[in-house]
Amino acid sequence: MSTKLFTTTALLGSLAALPAFAQDCPIKVGVLHSLSGTMAISETTLKDTMEMLVEQQNAAGGVLGCQLEAVVVDPASDWPLFAEKARELLTVHEVDVIFGNWTSVSRKSVLPVIEELNGLLFYPVQYEGEESSKNVFYTGAAPNQQAIPATDYFLEELEVEKFALLGTDYVYPRTTNNILESYLQQKGIAAEDIFVNYTPFGHSDWSKIVSDVVALGADGKKVGVISTINGDANIGFYKELAAAGISADDIPVVAFSVGEEELAGLDTSNLVGHLAAWNYFQSAESDANEAWVEAWKARMGEERVTNDPMEAHYIGFNMWVNAATAAGTTDVDAVRTAMYGQEFPNLTGGTAVMLPNHHLAKPVLIGEIQEDGQFDIISQTEEVPGDAWTDFLPESAVLVSDWKELGCGMYNTETSSCVQIKSNY
Amino acid sequence: MTDTTSLFPKYAKSRPFVARHPSVLIFLVCLALFTLGVTILSEGFGIGVISTSFIKTLGKTLCLCLVALAMDLVWGYTGILSLGHMAFFGIGGYAIGMWLMYARTEIIVVQSLAAAPLPPTPQEISDGIATQIFGVVGASEFPPIWAFAHSLPLQLAAVVLVPGLLALVFGWLAFRSRVTGVYLSILTQAMTLALSLYLFQNDSGLRGNNGLSGLQNLPGLDAVPQDTVSMWFLWASAAALGLGYVFAAWTVSGKFGSVLRAIRDNEARVRFLGYSVEAYKLFIFTVTAIIAAIAGALYYPQAGIINPAEIAPIASIYLAVWVAIGGRGRLYGAVIGAAFVSLLSTWFTGGQAPDINLGVYTVQWVDWWTILLGLSFVAVTLFAPKGIGGILDLLEQRRSPDRHGADLGPDAGALREKEADT
Amino acid sequence: MSVFRRFCTALLSALLILVALPLAAQTADAPIQRLLQDHAEIIAKSSRRTIGPAIDALGASDLAQAQTVLEKWQAKEMWFNKDTGLFVYAEEIDRKTIRAFDFDDGSEIGEFDDKGFKQLKPNSGIRGLIGAALVQFQLKNPDPTVRAAALDSIERDADATHLLALRAVRDGETDAALAMRIDRLERLLTIRFADTDAERIAAITSFEGDLGVDVRAALNPLVATVVDAAAALPEDADVLRTVTPGTDLLPAAQAYEILVAGGLAPPRISRADQKAALIDNIQGTTVAGIEVASLDAQDARDLAYAALVRQGAVEEAATDADVARALEAHVFFERLVGGAPPVALAAQAVLDGIEAKVAVNQSIDLGLDALSLASIYFLAAIGLAITFGVMGVINMAHGEFIMMGAYTGYVVQLFVPDYTLSILLAIPLAFAVTFGAGVAMERLVIRRLYHRPLETLLATFGISIALQQLAKNIFGTQARPLTAPGWLDGSLVFNDIVSISYIRIAIFVLALLFLALFLIVMNRTRLGLEVRAVTQNPRMAASMGINPDRINMLTFGFGSGIAGIAGVAIGLYAKVTSEMGADYIVQSFMTVVVGGVGNIWGTLLGVTMVGTLQKGIEWLNPSNTLAAQTYMILFIILFIQFRPRGIIALKGRAVEA
Repeated sequence: MSTKLFTTTALLGSLAALPAFAQDCPIKVGVLHSLSGTMAISETTLKDTMEMLVEQQNAAGGVLGCQLEAVVVDPASDWPLFAEKARELLTVHEVDVIFGNWTSVSRKSVLPVIEELNGLLFYPVQYEGEESSKNVFYTGAAPNQQAIPATDYFLEELEVEKFALLGTDYVYPRTTNNILESYLQQKGIAAEDIFVNYTPFGHSDWSKIVSDVVALGADGKKVGVISTINGDANIGFYKELAAAGISADDIPVVAFSVGEEELAGLDTSNLVGHLAAWNYFQSAESDANEAWVEAWKARMGEERVTNDPMEAHYIGFNMWVNAATAAGTTDVDAVRTAMYGQEFPNLTGGTAVMLPNHHLAKPVLIGEIQEDGQFDIISQTEEVPGDAWTDFLPESAVLVSDWKELGCGMYNTETSSCVQIKSNY
Repeated sequence: MTDTTSLFPKYAKSRPFVARHPSVLIFLVCLALFTLGVTILSEGFGIGVISTSFIKTLGKTLCLCLVALAMDLVWGYTGILSLGHMAFFGIGGYAIGMWLMYARTEIIVVQSLAAAPLPPTPQEISDGIATQIFGVVGASEFPPIWAFAHSLPLQLAAVVLVPGLLALVFGWLAFRSRVTGVYLSILTQAMTLALSLYLFQNDSGLRGNNGLSGLQNLPGLDAVPQDTVSMWFLWASAAALGLGYVFAAWTVSGKFGSVLRAIRDNEARVRFLGYSVEAYKLFIFTVTAIIAAIAGALYYPQAGIINPAEIAPIASIYLAVWVAIGGRGRLYGAVIGAAFVSLLSTWFTGGQAPDINLGVYTVQWVDWWTILLGLSFVAVTLFAPKGIGGILDLLEQRRSPDRHGADLGPDAGALREKEADT
Repeated sequence: MSVFRRFCTALLSALLILVALPLAAQTADAPIQRLLQDHAEIIAKSSRRTIGPAIDALGASDLAQAQTVLEKWQAKEMWFNKDTGLFVYAEEIDRKTIRAFDFDDGSEIGEFDDKGFKQLKPNSGIRGLIGAALVQFQLKNPDPTVRAAALDSIERDADATHLLALRAVRDGETDAALAMRIDRLERLLTIRFADTDAERIAAITSFEGDLGVDVRAALNPLVATVVDAAAALPEDADVLRTVTPGTDLLPAAQAYEILVAGGLAPPRISRADQKAALIDNIQGTTVAGIEVASLDAQDARDLAYAALVRQGAVEEAATDADVARALEAHVFFERLVGGAPPVALAAQAVLDGIEAKVAVNQSIDLGLDALSLASIYFLAAIGLAITFGVMGVINMAHGEFIMMGAYTGYVVQLFVPDYTLSILLAIPLAFAVTFGAGVAMERLVIRRLYHRPLETLLATFGISIALQQLAKNIFGTQARPLTAPGWLDGSLVFNDIVSISYIRIAIFVLALLFLALFLIVMNRTRLGLEVRAVTQNPRMAASMGINPDRINMLTFGFGSGIAGIAGVAIGLYAKVTSEMGADYIVQSFMTVVVGGVGNIWGTLLGVTMVGTLQKGIEWLNPSNTLAAQTYMILFIILFIQFRPRGIIALKGRAVEA
């Protein structure tokens, strides 16, 4: 019976689509997330998210009269393998769109392949900006959608005067901290009031760093910690914070890489009040979010949580569906053009808009950690448009990205020339 | 095969090298046939049965075979279990990657600055390139190690010289102090760990965790499709493997090879005989480091990206695994092992392998492949120390039953305990 | 569908208004509600920058309910009705419903759907301000915990009124601990807010030698200086000393910027500005008569700019010579800006004394950190000291035994919710599990490879990757929680600088226990005797009636079991993941080798050296912990090259084995 219903919808759908192109069915959606290796911890969730979204869309009649088919490959947290798998998705499986990657290095690995073969990639994770590719839509937060508002919150609401920027030693923290250092100095914070530290992945011996941070308070200025510490290392860090008895009222910590998933590995009773900045928290109150969380738990189990990159895929996927429907085809260039200005409701309320620089306009949320491992949202901004090139570094301040009007991702406004069309990875 | 000839040097000297080593000829013919076959089936030059992404996989596998060959020389023949040869492989990749990135970026920067109202100064061009390359790690100046990145010949020289020097210094220190056996293994492992940790730092000047990327695009050859480029690299890799094989076969034949194997079997006795054991070990350690670096320089332009994770200690251990499974002390064993395990690994983790449904539990190979690999490795070590190459040996023995038994690899001959038993 | 929903919403809000009406009638006119309504807008906006008037008004009002409002607001229990705009406090009954109360008389208003209300969530900045306003109510509260909370608030957010409030309660405080805190706080606030310099100086000198961060926090702002420049040194009292430009304290470029900022010298021109100026003055194909095409070198651009200056088209920019002359012509000096000079000098004198003590204490703290790191490495390595050091077996799966121990702890905590009991259970269980695993591995694999050490290395490595992946398949890649019992929370605090967390002390004690255990087992038991005999000469031992197979098996099991216990400890202080063992394996091997294989004291020396070294490098380069690890490994490599047998080298037969 359901097949019959499906055929009818499909027929109707294909009739609607006929004037434009005859679509090859099924439409293939590539999912490029690591299912093994170090990144599997985060990315497996996103693979499940994509499968759920595809199923939901199929239940709702598919796209352009076609059913969707998710093609899942495993790049195994191995960066060169990301490029290989992306090529395989585009040339062997001939997918129409790819949802995937986590970490900038994996994205930089697939960029040349995607641009060479004119694919389409949706990247769902916060990243450091300073990039704009014609073939990538960045649905995660750029620094001005996460780091800058959180820093403003520290400066204005908590009146922090001295900053400890702690990060894992890789590109996202490095670049974000560079931007923040420059931003803070523009805001009148002296260079010697900014303490920066980088630790390796999975670092566990935090006692010295925590006591360094405490010692910062010696000159009578309020200290705040901005943490870009990644993954497992957070566990040792927060345990040491709790052991040192540092309350969020004395030295608040705002984290950019700690979400609901990461807190699951921790006893949060000693961390209540510390902060995280994201574009989405599971605790957001809206009907769409309630339905989303419910569907997720029904599929994956009651103890599973939702997080920010999942929302990014949710928005990205739905926008792609709408853009493909509007364009009447899944052809990459047509969909790309149709993407600009696409609007879709956020799970946190409000509407996300796809900008011509391939970033979203999204609200920024700041949450306080609660005992149950969820976040209490204490601040929510209006939609902030994502900025590919930060305004707070001199070399990037002159650059803009506009694929719609200028057709250029790296346009120098000083010389009025396009620096490059293809990315320089 | 190499063994029989070296046992009868007088007899051996009277015939040409290839005739004395029929296996080399067989290998070269196989390699040539393989390359020809792939070319015919490729998308770039043939009928397009094999996809470009698989061509790249095959090309990379040839490079892995080459580095496995180096590993076999140093471990299988000389008995030095180096757990650091992938570090040299990585250095080779970095050295060529620096030029690839620099040259490609230079073209972009010069083009974009050409549109500016004032002609650019050399300083502006250099700053522009630096910003583009190091922008992602928040720097905009060239670190000193990039001093030669503008020149292909100099970077090609670096591919050979940097790992060669590193191996020479490291080996000289280690062998001079008579660090041997497992101690040397741990030390080489520490070396590769230190190198990868160093490269992980942003301050290392090689873009930290991001590494060098976009290496598959050859500077100035944007118009050439990857279908073609991938075939070029496959040919180059095949040629390098062929040359490497001949070189390795030549090295392990004759007196030099005998000394190497003697060092493996009983280092002290060779020293008593008056040979400079350290010099032999140092030579083979350095030469294999250079072979590994050349393999790396061919590998990473096909992989497209190199970063410090590639040099992590685990990579070098996998190298030992390949050689052990293939069968050490046999050159073809190393090649077979590297090709077999890495291709199998690609197949299993690629999701193409069918899941096995056991009713209560479904075995998904993505999850279980590593376990299978680990356990089969244990099994090979325990029960089949000759590896896959041992099967070929069996055939060989059937043909010439009077042939002396092939060796068991590094540890077999040496220990006093065994002598005490007899 | 959506029409229906809209209809429902309309109906619902209509109902809500109906329900809420009596509420409006009830409380809208109460004075406290009117006070809140006066500030309704800023309260709803909830920003620290604007909230001040509302909190001040509540604090200053003599309404009895003001305290309740502040308390409920601080506890995030204040809500406002979206329709009427009235404020209530409420408790959440479930996710959807709240029970609301009237601020005026505390009476229950009723239960509502929370869609009609908005919860006010003051951020911690606002909560601090509320806390400060609450101080006046709390300081005289009979409950000492409330008074302590008031003191906490003052410590975080003090203002001048608190000084008077503290002085008012100083003599009446009965609780000795609180009295001490009040006294200290009073002196701290005196430094900040007292009217006369004499009072402040007295308070400052009372803190002579005090190591508290709060004292330095109070004193340091007083001695703050800025660098200023003038043609001649002014005679003002607040001039502290002169500084020479071109030194580390004041780089020449920075000194010149001070002159420029003070209008004492013309600015320099940056290359970008120079370029922009040249571009602005392009006429046809030339700038100031010079061909544009020739401006591809800096020298040419300097010449062109000079030509433009001569034409009067652009401002003259300072040259290097100008800069040097300007720096020569001015005096640079530090000026006190934090407080009156006598106060500042008194503060400086006290601070100088404190800083010397701080330096000593910081090195003690660093020493403790090093000791703690060393004990963690020791825990990770001691099992290896047995299997590798005594038996000579290279076990690359040692790290995975640590991991198995940690996961055992996690599984125990799943079944035994009491943390103390679960840890007590987990330790013997972890030992049992890894002992069993060790024995199994010895029997099945290692026994067959005793004379092939390199192959042992490879085979155990195979087991290592298999075990890691197995752990991933069973427990997932997500880190698992292993929570320490409550009595291990917190730190042993000597002063504000020297402190160490109890969990690290526990690890240290555990390491000592293991050392003692090792020494006792090896030197005082029959097993130890037999182990040593088998290690030295298995054949001879066998002929003496010792079963070498059994001894090897037990020794290996013992070493593995200790690794399991170490896993529980390491999991408690850091994390439990499938890769946790791999983080320690290379370091552990190296510490054993550095110390000298086969000697537990060597291992002890090895870990101490590595721990101290790592902390030392971290101290030298505090912004990059990764570098510390890198240089430490490099150091170890070099150390082994020059002392291949380790710190304590064994002599004789065992050396070549």
